[in-house]
Amino acid sequence: MTRRFAHALVIGASSGIGEALARHLASEGTRVALVARRGERLAEIAGDINRAAGEERALTFAHDVCHRDEVPVLLQEIARALGGLDLVIYSSGVGHPVSFTEYSTDKDVDMIEVNLLGAMAWLNPTAERFWRLQQGTIVGIGSVAGDRGRSGAPAYNTSKAALHTYLEALRNRVGRRGVKVVTVKPGFVDTPMVADFKNLPMVVSADRAAAIILRKAGRGVSTAYVPARWRLVSLVVRSIPSFIFKYLKV
Amino acid sequence: MSRMRDALPGRQVEWVEGWGRAAGAAGYVYRPTNVGQIREVLELARSRGVPVVLRGAGRSYGDAALLAEAVVLDLSEMNRILGWDASNGVAQVEPGVTFHDLWRSVLADGWWPEVVTGTMTPTLGGGLAMNVHGKNNWTRGTLGEHCLELTMLLPSGELRTVTPETDGELFHAVIGGFGQLGVIVGARVRLKRVHSGRLEVHAVAAQDLATMLRLADDAKNRWEYVVGWIDAFASGGRSGRGLLHFANHVKADEDPAAQESLRAEAQDLPARLAGVVPKALLWRFLKPLTNRPGMRLINAVKFRLGSTIGNDKRYRQTLAEFSFLLDYVPNWERVYLPGGLIQHQSFVPVAEAEGVFARQLELCRRAGLPSFLAVLKRHRPDPFLLTHAVDGFSLALDFPVTASNRDRLWRLVADLAEPVVEAGGRFYPAKDAALPGELYRATFRDGQLERFAAIKERTDPGRLLRSALADRLLLP
Ligand SMILES: Cc1cc2nc3c(=O)[nH]c(=O)nc-3n(C[C@H](O)[C@H](O)[C@H](O)COP(=O)(O)OP(=O)(O)OC[C@H]3O[C@@H](n4cnc5c(N)ncnc54)[C@H](O)[C@@H]3O)c2cc1C
Ligand SMILES: NC(=O)c1ccc[n+]([C@@H]2O[C@H](COP(=O)([O-])OP(=O)(O)OC[C@H]3O[C@@H](n4cnc5c(N)ncnc54)[C@H](OP(=O)(O)O)[C@@H]3O)[C@@H](O)[C@H]2O)c1
Repeated sequence: MTRRFAHALVIGASSGIGEALARHLASEGTRVALVARRGERLAEIAGDINRAAGEERALTFAHDVCHRDEVPVLLQEIARALGGLDLVIYSSGVGHPVSFTEYSTDKDVDMIEVNLLGAMAWLNPTAERFWRLQQGTIVGIGSVAGDRGRSGAPAYNTSKAALHTYLEALRNRVGRRGVKVVTVKPGFVDTPMVADFKNLPMVVSADRAAAIILRKAGRGVSTAYVPARWRLVSLVVRSIPSFIFKYLKV
Repeated sequence: MSRMRDALPGRQVEWVEGWGRAAGAAGYVYRPTNVGQIREVLELARSRGVPVVLRGAGRSYGDAALLAEAVVLDLSEMNRILGWDASNGVAQVEPGVTFHDLWRSVLADGWWPEVVTGTMTPTLGGGLAMNVHGKNNWTRGTLGEHCLELTMLLPSGELRTVTPETDGELFHAVIGGFGQLGVIVGARVRLKRVHSGRLEVHAVAAQDLATMLRLADDAKNRWEYVVGWIDAFASGGRSGRGLLHFANHVKADEDPAAQESLRAEAQDLPARLAGVVPKALLWRFLKPLTNRPGMRLINAVKFRLGSTIGNDKRYRQTLAEFSFLLDYVPNWERVYLPGGLIQHQSFVPVAEAEGVFARQLELCRRAGLPSFLAVLKRHRPDPFLLTHAVDGFSLALDFPVTASNRDRLWRLVADLAEPVVEAGGRFYPAKDAALPGELYRATFRDGQLERFAAIKERTDPGRLLRSALADRLLLP
């Protein structure tokens, strides 16, 4: 059965996949809260949505996920403003470009903060809430990049691998009470994050990715590769022995 | 800036539903047991900028005792009977005392509540806030008419004793005021003398709506209790056919076993059906019949039996059996899951009742949404500001809610309401989940809503107390 969502929160909704998710949800009638740092950008997106809907269907909340102490009260405020909450999507993420010889702790810490710690800050209180209510769906946007430690992106890969593990553990906690936790692993998606990369294989639009993600979220699957063929790619990549993998330029 | 505030404790979150389970929302639930704790909860909510919704036993059908993401002040655990005077039948109760708690503790002394609802589970606080009525509304009025004094905790923190004599305006607004003016933390209520734990019941059948109404009206001065059940599936000339039950308390000299029948245990509803099937499981057997053909069958069989072997029958029933028929099958509302049920109860003046109810039954049939359970009562006006009663009849219609009928059903409720407004009728918010606010408000024509809003402004200027129902109907 495919669930329809009445009230959704998208963290990282000012751009890319998160923005597309927010627009999709709203177009299906879901009331949606948009969170990211760039308040003006959120206001533009919400303006589009509300104009098209002819009602206030999108609400915006400017917030930096590194400010973790703000989250508990903001989450409650958002639920109140929406009139409920049954879907929370964490899509905020950064992938700082690092060269093969670069060892920047600042960049690495930032990626861990946004991609992992921010997710924990938002999804912990969300999981507590859903556990108590015995309902709700959590979606974390991970990445195929978390399936392997590649020379090109040590901290990004780590942040995503850790996120996957965290989401799996969360699922094992709250799943027994009917709460769904969906780990999403996109391949390449055409968003500002990858704008500087040339000739990426199997790229899909953010719109397409969002449609797939919401279908999977509605079904409450555990792990969704986006699009699905990345599951096979990942299987192959993960089965390459380390002594070979270390020589590959992937 | 609200961001600077602290969050409410996440461990308080619970899913809170109306009894019909078609309306529900998450809330931060607190169950205080004394006035000090209530004060703390009000203060907490105020400091967080979060509204408070008051809740008793949650037996209102719709969204009366819930509000999404609000602090839910559930008073059901503040449930002591603080005083009982068997010489004059006056009880001092906390708001969470239920009708069940009350009758069980006074019956042996020869007393029974003046007014009880169709289930014994509501609290007196919730009952007063909705000013509930019983099957004896014509003879005995509403619960509020038997309340001598209220103790109110106002949102300001002030504790105030309110009586019809000392503070008549507030008294008549709080009772029936949806819990929007303050917290009822105590009430003094008067009960009535009974000499037996049994009622003399008379059952008759009526072949159409006009007969139903006439028989109910004729009975109202001879019988204390008058209630009718209508087969909402019957159409044409049989539309509105049904069964009526009238009852009077048995007098002392009419019941040799009167004393024995006043024991609370003698009133206990049997736990098994025909001594065999545990009733706690019964709703599961009813579930397969909870659809249109099944309900058509049940209604038809019920009418057939009632109009033949059961017609014009007299018998005795215990007070609990007659009064709390709806408690007979525990958890029967679950047959309507997952969608739940809603009810629509309208009150129509005598002269217009036949026309309006006939139209309502027709509208339901035409929409393909016949009511699964339809109940008729006779009412009289009462002195409360937001009274739902008129000198007339009420018809309560139950409808199952499903994912596919929900929108149509909500539209139907609006259609059902229109003739009621035209006829100068009223609606019962305790049962409502779907009424458009404009239609509810259109039933008040003499400035009652403005007076209510003015009292609200005095007692709760910050609008701390809210509910989904009040937001929808009363103070949008
Ligand atoms: C099977 C069934 C049969 C029923 N039959 C009848 C009937 O015959 N006649 C009738 O009149 N009603 C009937 N009802 C409706 C029911 O009696 C009312 O809805 C009643 O108000 C429920 O009381 P509660 O304690 O459950 O209150 P809730 O439903 O929890 O709350 C009702 C209202 O009271 C307010 N409130 C609760 N406690 C307080 C307080 N301490 N101070 C101030 N406000 C408060 C709430 O905010 C809310 O607005 C029936 C309900 C059911 C489920
Ligand atoms: N694009 C891909 O190919 C691809 C592939 C796999 C996985 N992903 C993952 O998909 C997610 C979305 O990426 P995207 O491609 O849509 O990238 P994007 O267009 O760059 O969007 C990233 C989003 O994250 C938000 N964000 C960044 N830092 C933040 C902070 N400190 N606080 C709050 N929000 C912050 C941004 O909002 P502000 O800047 O306004 O704060 C923006 O809304 C990321 O987790 C990414 O890792 C992307």
